[in-house]
Amino acid sequence: MNVVGTRAALPAAVLALALCAGFSNASRADEFLAKVEYCKTCHGLSGQGYRGYFPMPRLAGQQPQYLENQLRAFIERRRTNPVMRNVAHALSPAMIAALAAHFRHLEARPIGGAPRGSMALGKKIHEEGLPESNVPACSACHGSDSRGQNEIPRLAGQLYEYTVGQLTGWGNVRGQGTAVDTSAIMAPTAHNLTRSQIEAVAAYVSNLP
Amino acid sequence: MSAREYRVIKRVAAAIALPVILWAFPVIAPAVAGEQDVSVRNCTWCHGTSAQGYMLAPRLAGQRPLYLETQIRSLHEHYRDNPASKQFMWGAVAVLGPQAARDLAAYFAAIPPRPANDGARDIAARGRTIYLEGIAEANIAACYACHGPNAEGLRDIPRLGGLARFYLKARLEQWGQGYHSVPGSPMPLVARPLGPDEIEALASYLSFVK
Repeated sequence: MNVVGTRAALPAAVLALALCAGFSNASRADEFLAKVEYCKTCHGLSGQGYRGYFPMPRLAGQQPQYLENQLRAFIERRRTNPVMRNVAHALSPAMIAALAAHFRHLEARPIGGAPRGSMALGKKIHEEGLPESNVPACSACHGSDSRGQNEIPRLAGQLYEYTVGQLTGWGNVRGQGTAVDTSAIMAPTAHNLTRSQIEAVAAYVSNLP
Repeated sequence: MSAREYRVIKRVAAAIALPVILWAFPVIAPAVAGEQDVSVRNCTWCHGTSAQGYMLAPRLAGQRPLYLETQIRSLHEHYRDNPASKQFMWGAVAVLGPQAARDLAAYFAAIPPRPANDGARDIAARGRTIYLEGIAEANIAACYACHGPNAEGLRDIPRLGGLARFYLKARLEQWGQGYHSVPGSPMPLVARPLGPDEIEALASYLSFVK
């Protein structure tokens, strides 16, 4: 973990929270810090992710716009999740923005643990896609370093099991209900990847710094 | 050779052969000795003859083997430091090496657990809600996210289902009192927002989980 980055991120996020909603008192800052700790109970003490009964995704370095979108999707039931459905509803819009800003600045080493057998295939899919299967290169949207941008999530360092779970279950979990949802962009790609291709690309991105 | 002579020779041969075989193949000695392995017996004095737990000593039967192994190591290194650990377990594991810890963990993990069923029934339903959903407004995380839907645990995340109410309650209280378990455990953070009522409810609920 980059301690300097973490220390710098906290006051920045507290300030962001204060500015967003006109907060100026210390109790609001305490409330924010308590909520950050609450997130980290599952997502890892440095936001690096954690393997519990469910794989808890890495939040460190995640794109704030993506995190905000996902938290709203949990609240609006566009994205289903047995744990987050009982978590996100208690978050105010200002809190969501402050949390997203906080995690953006955390740096943590990837926790590793992915099988190493098909890294070469994963790298190829990430960089070149699978044109014969209508799978675009991941790097085209997520960036060659896979750190994402705006509403496109960072994949670098993400837990292997989490990425596999998301790509195999995309249509059952994301874009639920009738509202228009940016998750539709990934649906055909997730659908066109085979299980072993998903495992290869998930293993590859899990090791990216 | 008379029948009587034959019987005597057979008996003498057996008396010589058995120790010779045991000496030559020490690996079968524990199998012959069955469950009377000394280190197992040293555990079951307190944890119960079928390892279902007794008083202060938690159930070991059905516990995750990797959890048992890491706790033995942590006790051995005096990192796990709650009062009962200090008083009883630091001494109990002092001579256990890594292989003995692994063997004991595998042995106890394989014994089917029986739930303690000693919680208060009237608050168990509240405990179940906290276990499965947490309380987002109070920053209480759902235990289920790590310990699983039936509190069965996995890897080094312990089984909680069926442990005794007294033990569960003491452990949940101890996180907030500054005691340690293993380095990097999220539990001090997890347990911090739990109040006495929530701890009672969780301990009661979990005591009934099969």
